[in-house]
Amino acid sequence: MADIGTTAATSSATIVNKRNKKATKFERKLALYGLLFASPWILGLLAFNVYPLLASAYYSFTTYSILEPGKFVGFDNYATLFKDDIFWKSISNTLYYTFIFVPLSIVQGVALAMLLNLRIKGQGIYRTLLFIPSLVPEIATVIIWLWLLNPQFGLVNFWLDKIGISGPPWIGSETWSKPSLILMSLWGTGQAVVIYLAGLQDVPQDYYDAAHVDGANGWQRMRTITLPLLTPVIFFNMIMGMIGALQNFVLPYTLTNGQGTPANSMMFYVMYLYTNGFAYLKMGYASAMAWILFIIVVVLTTVIFATQKRWVHYQGRE
Amino acid sequence: MESSSRLSVIQKTLAHIILLVIGLFFLSPFLWMVSTSLKANSELFNWPPKWIPSTLVWSNYPDAINYIPFFKYLSNSLLIAGLATAAVLLSCPLVAYSLARIPWKGSKPLFGATLIVMMMPYQVTMIPIFITFKNIGWVGSNIPLWLPALFGVPFYIFLLRQFFMGLPKELEDAARIDGASELRIYSRIMLPLCKPALLTIALFQFMGSWKDYQGPLIYLSDESQYTLMLGMQAFKSQHSAEWQLMMATLVMITFPIMVLYFLVQKAFIRGITFTGIK
Repeated sequence: MADIGTTAATSSATIVNKRNKKATKFERKLALYGLLFASPWILGLLAFNVYPLLASAYYSFTTYSILEPGKFVGFDNYATLFKDDIFWKSISNTLYYTFIFVPLSIVQGVALAMLLNLRIKGQGIYRTLLFIPSLVPEIATVIIWLWLLNPQFGLVNFWLDKIGISGPPWIGSETWSKPSLILMSLWGTGQAVVIYLAGLQDVPQDYYDAAHVDGANGWQRMRTITLPLLTPVIFFNMIMGMIGALQNFVLPYTLTNGQGTPANSMMFYVMYLYTNGFAYLKMGYASAMAWILFIIVVVLTTVIFATQKRWVHYQGRE
Repeated sequence: MESSSRLSVIQKTLAHIILLVIGLFFLSPFLWMVSTSLKANSELFNWPPKWIPSTLVWSNYPDAINYIPFFKYLSNSLLIAGLATAAVLLSCPLVAYSLARIPWKGSKPLFGATLIVMMMPYQVTMIPIFITFKNIGWVGSNIPLWLPALFGVPFYIFLLRQFFMGLPKELEDAARIDGASELRIYSRIMLPLCKPALLTIALFQFMGSWKDYQGPLIYLSDESQYTLMLGMQAFKSQHSAEWQLMMATLVMITFPIMVLYFLVQKAFIRGITFTGIK
C-alpha cells in the first residue's frame, strides 16, 4: 500500500510529461496544417508578386524587349523618361484626373448617401437606380456615353441646346476630353455610395437625439456628428479612389482606341506604360514607368496616412 | 440620417424631387441605350432625337448577334469567368482559414504580406508575369487569365480572413479535442458557415473576370479567343456608325448583370459594405 503514493506520483508525472509532449506534438501538427493550407498563397506570393516585383526592378535597368534579351543600361531608361514629353504629359493628365475626380466622387458619394439615408418612401428604388451603373462594364459605359456626348446628335447637347447653351464638342476637344471622362467615371461610382451608406447607418441615433435636445439644427448635426463619424469611410474611399484613379486605363484606352487623342489630352500614365510595353515592346522602359508609378502610389498613400490623425475620427478606439 | 418624424412634408417632397432628378441622371443613359437599340439606322441622326422610335426595329437584336460572333465571345467570357471563380473558391478560403483559425507562427507575417500586396499596383508585376507566361508559351491562350487565381487573390483572402475571425473560437476547439482532422474541420464546419462570404467573393470574381478588359487585351490576340469586352471594343473601333447594333449588343451584355444583381442583391450589398468598413 505504501508504494501506491509513489506510483501515483510517478504516474501523474508521466501524465504531465505526456501532456506536454502531446501539446507540442499537437502544435507541430497544427503548424504543419497551417503551412499546408496556406501553401497555395505562399507560392502565389512568390511566383506572382515577389518575383515579378524584383524582376520588373531589374528589367527597368535594361533594354529588354520580347524580341531580344536586352542589355543592362543602368539608369538610362529613367533618364530618358525624364526627357520624354509624352511621359510628362501623361503624368499631368493623370494627376489632373485624380485630383479632380477623387474629391468630386467623395462629395457626390457622401451627398448621395445622405439623401439615400433619409427615411422616405421608395428608397430601395432610388438606391438601385444609383447603384446599377457601377455594374456596367467600362467598355459599355464608354460606348453609351460616346453616343450621349456626340457633339451633333447626342442627347446631352440636345438638352443643353434646349436651355440655350451651345454644347461643347466633349471628347473631341482638348479642353473637354478629361471633364467628359470624369463625368463618365462619376456615373459609375455607386459602389462607394453603398459603403458611405453603411457608414451612415453605423452612426448611433442617440447622438442625433442628444443634439436635437441641445437645439442643433440639421446643418449643425451634419457638420458635428455625421461628417466626423463618416471620416473613416471617407478616408478608406479616398485611398482606394486615389490608387484606382492613378491606374486609370480602360475608360480612356477604349474611348480613344488606345490613341490618347486629341493631342495626347487622354494619354494617361498606365496607357502610355501599356503602349511602351506592349505596342513598342519597350519592356524595360515600361518597367521603369511601372516602378515610378509604384513610388508615386506609395508616396501619396503615405501622405494621406500622415494626415489621418488630423481629420479622421475613429469611434470607440480604446 | 434622422428619424422620419423630424422631416416635414416639404422636406420630404424636396428630397423626392432631388432624388428623382439624380436618379434620372443615372437611369437615362440606360433608357437611351435601350431606345437606340430599337431604332432604324436612318432614325439615329434625326433632330430632335426621339425617346420612342417611330418603328421598333426588333431585328437589330438578331442582326447584332450575327454582326459579331456574339455566342463565341459569350462562351469565351463565360469560360474564363467560370474557371477564375472556381479557382478563387478553391484557394482563397483554404488560405484564409489557415491565417485566421490555425495557430501557427507564419500566419501573422503572411497576413502582413497579403496586406502589402493588396496595395501594389497591378502594373508593377504585369510585365514580368507576361514574360513568364510568354516563355511557357501560354500567351494567346486563356490560361494566364485564370491560373493565377488558383494561387490566391490577396483581396479575397483578406475578406475571408476577416469573416473567419468573426466566428466563435469554440467551434474548432471542440472538434479538435474530439480528434477531427483540420481538413475535416475546414470542410465540414468552416466552409458551410462561410457560405455568404463565399458567395460574395464568387460574385466579385465572376463580375471582375466578366468585365475585365486589360487582362484579355494583353493575353488574347486571336479573334476566336476574344471575350465580349474585347469583341465590343473591336466592334466599336471598326463600325462606329452602327450605334443601333452596338446598343443592342450592350443591352444583351448589361442586362444579365442586372438580373444577377437583383437575384443576389443582399449578398452583393453585404459584400461591398464588408469591404469598406472593417
